[in-house]
Amino acid sequence: MAVCIMVIVKENYPFYVRSIPVENELKFHSVVHTSLDLVDEKISAMGKALVDQRGLCPGLLYPTEDYKVYGYVTNSKVKFVTLVDSSNTAHRDNEICSMFWKLHNSYTDVTCNPFPNPGDRIRPRVFDNMVTSLMTQVC
Amino acid sequence: MEAAAGGGCGSGPPLLSESEQQCYSELFARCAGAASGGPGPGHPETSRVASGAATAAAGPVADLFRASQLPAETLHQITELCGAKRVGYFGPTQFYVALKLIAAVQSGLPVRIESIKCELPLPRFMMSKNDGEMRFGNPAELHGSKVQIPYLTTEKNSFKRTDDEEKQETQSPTMSPFASPPSSPPHYQRVPLSHGYSKLRSSTEQMHPVPYEGRQPLVQPEGPSSGGPGTKPLRHQASLIRSFSVERELQDNSSSYPDEPWRITEEQREYYVNQFRSLQPDPSSFISGSVAKNFFTKSKLSIPELSYIWELSDADCDGALTLPEFCAAFHLIVARKNGYPLPEGLPPTLQPEYLQAAFPKPKWDCALFDSYSESMPTNQQARDLNRMEKTSVKDMADFPVPTQDVTGDDKQALKSTLNEAVPKDVPEDPATPKDSNNLKARPRSRSYSSTSIEEAMKRGEDPPTPPPRPQKSHSRASSLDLNKVFQPSVPATKSGLLPPPPALPPRPCPSQSEQVSEAELPSQLNRAPSQAAESSPAKKDVPHSQPPSKPIRRKFRPENQSAESQEPSTTISGPASGASVKPHPTVQKQSSKQKKAIQTAIRKNKEANAVLARLNSELQQQLKEVHQERIALENQLEQLRPVTVL
Repeated sequence: MAVCIMVIVKENYPFYVRSIPVENELKFHSVVHTSLDLVDEKISAMGKALVDQRGLCPGLLYPTEDYKVYGYVTNSKVKFVTLVDSSNTAHRDNEICSMFWKLHNSYTDVTCNPFPNPGDRIRPRVFDNMVTSLMTQVC
Repeated sequence: MEAAAGGGCGSGPPLLSESEQQCYSELFARCAGAASGGPGPGHPETSRVASGAATAAAGPVADLFRASQLPAETLHQITELCGAKRVGYFGPTQFYVALKLIAAVQSGLPVRIESIKCELPLPRFMMSKNDGEMRFGNPAELHGSKVQIPYLTTEKNSFKRTDDEEKQETQSPTMSPFASPPSSPPHYQRVPLSHGYSKLRSSTEQMHPVPYEGRQPLVQPEGPSSGGPGTKPLRHQASLIRSFSVERELQDNSSSYPDEPWRITEEQREYYVNQFRSLQPDPSSFISGSVAKNFFTKSKLSIPELSYIWELSDADCDGALTLPEFCAAFHLIVARKNGYPLPEGLPPTLQPEYLQAAFPKPKWDCALFDSYSESMPTNQQARDLNRMEKTSVKDMADFPVPTQDVTGDDKQALKSTLNEAVPKDVPEDPATPKDSNNLKARPRSRSYSSTSIEEAMKRGEDPPTPPPRPQKSHSRASSLDLNKVFQPSVPATKSGLLPPPPALPPRPCPSQSEQVSEAELPSQLNRAPSQAAESSPAKKDVPHSQPPSKPIRRKFRPENQSAESQEPSTTISGPASGASVKPHPTVQKQSSKQKKAIQTAIRKNKEANAVLARLNSELQQQLKEVHQERIALENQLEQLRPVTVL
């Protein structure tokens, strides 16, 4: 079950954070931040050949003691990082990737809105709802 | 009045402080008294208490408002907001609200009902007609606005909360305490929702042009000058009708949809579509996100709200607004500005499908009656002219409303037809998309409902067919040139005149009889040129349509005439002179008519030339652009192509 989902913009700061047990957010912040290096590493390792239309899905970045960190990069260098509970080891990369693709789709829907400036936080509830559904669904 | 005010104070939480109420009531009394008892219609709803002069006449009120030195459009907005429009006169409620709004604006707040709730000093009126007003202006400020502030805001908030049934009601509760008694809240709930709603809409319509368009001068100069309270609102109505076509019809319409603040009325729809067209000439394409952003930020709503509205209205999330999406977004903005909370989801009446099915026609029509759009490229106009030929007249029937100064009756008739149309939309939903598809194909046969107005418009539209036919110009031009070329040589070639006339024997007889009747046809080129000259353009013209053949006939007529006149003159002098005398005056008459005809023909040719030249230049422009695009694309292609040859 996804415990936390984070959207990180190109400049490597979080754009959107959502975590289920909200009180652990700080911990998640630090974990995600450290995992950004891993994302970049994997991306450069994977090379350009794997760029498909849905973005790069490096998959599992790093297993910590409690969580597993999955990453995903879009074409515009926006990164999605999720923390998944380690107890659910049955997750396959495909599932994670499909989850990321859904996330990506709704993120693009959100970006179509011209009003909020690019640096603003994502407010739309649609995104929130979708994220919530993802997080509860991936169990 | 004082008693009423006192009653209002004592009963429920008043919205005005003591000083304010005093000032306002005195001003009101002054205005009402100055009008020597402006006879307001006895509305049972608004509890204008038994002070006799229950309404303030429009004249002194207008003077007073102008004395507040606010810009004209602001005053107009205030008038709208305070509800004078709605009820048609300035009752104490409206007057007080207006005064508070004036104070708000003078303090720099936007003209909205919410402004009243804020802290406000008393309104200042400069150059007032009475000393009393000056007196009120100054010492009122001395009262210390601060004292009033917490009083006002807390009272208002509490009052609003207690009364908050529907959002529409929030407008009336703010006004009810002005009136008086403890029965005001339930009393105002009796005020039909439609009225509140229509006031909202009217204020909306009024508020919109201020940020969006500069049409204030149109609506301003109405207010003053004339006497009774009825005329001022009427003139406001007329001005609004001219600019937005809103007022009475809104009330009628909204009375039939009291529960649906999210339903777009026809006038609003037209307004939105016109705005759409001002941003994007092609009604079937999109408004891009940035353009829409610029436009909607003018409405001064906060960015989060705007993004929320966008999120609601951009159903397909493509970053661009189609026409129904744009209307929905606009409508949401309008509602928000009026204090409606934004809905959780897009209401069913604002769904793009619904909007598209319900009102497909405006897409095509705005092209025709573009009094609102500022930018209208000429090729668009040319296209519009073409479309004018094709589009349905029912559509035209709707849109003359905003463009002409249609009277209220016409509008109401149209409104009734449109109202019939709207409920028919649901059963017609499967039909209307088909209709919209067929719109271009068979425009004239499509109609929601036929009214006399539509038919009149239909008849009216048939005659003004667009621009001059090039054929005629061409034929005219050619024949004209040749005529002019050959004219001096007429006497020389008179011998040549003889053979051709026998070639067209039937012509002379009917043509002679037709001479006078056909003199006014513009394509008359009734010089007396040579028959040879005529025959060649005649042969050219013959394959053309019928009208060009008329000039041929007429050309031959005078030719025959002149031939006949010249024949006798040359061959037989004596009897010929007698015979030629008769033809001569007719020839002279003809020549003058010919001159006029030729001049009109010249004018028409020039116009046609101008139109064609314009078209040509535009096409050239487009061609250039396309060329440039092509060059750019070719460059890109070359760059992208792998470099194989070094």
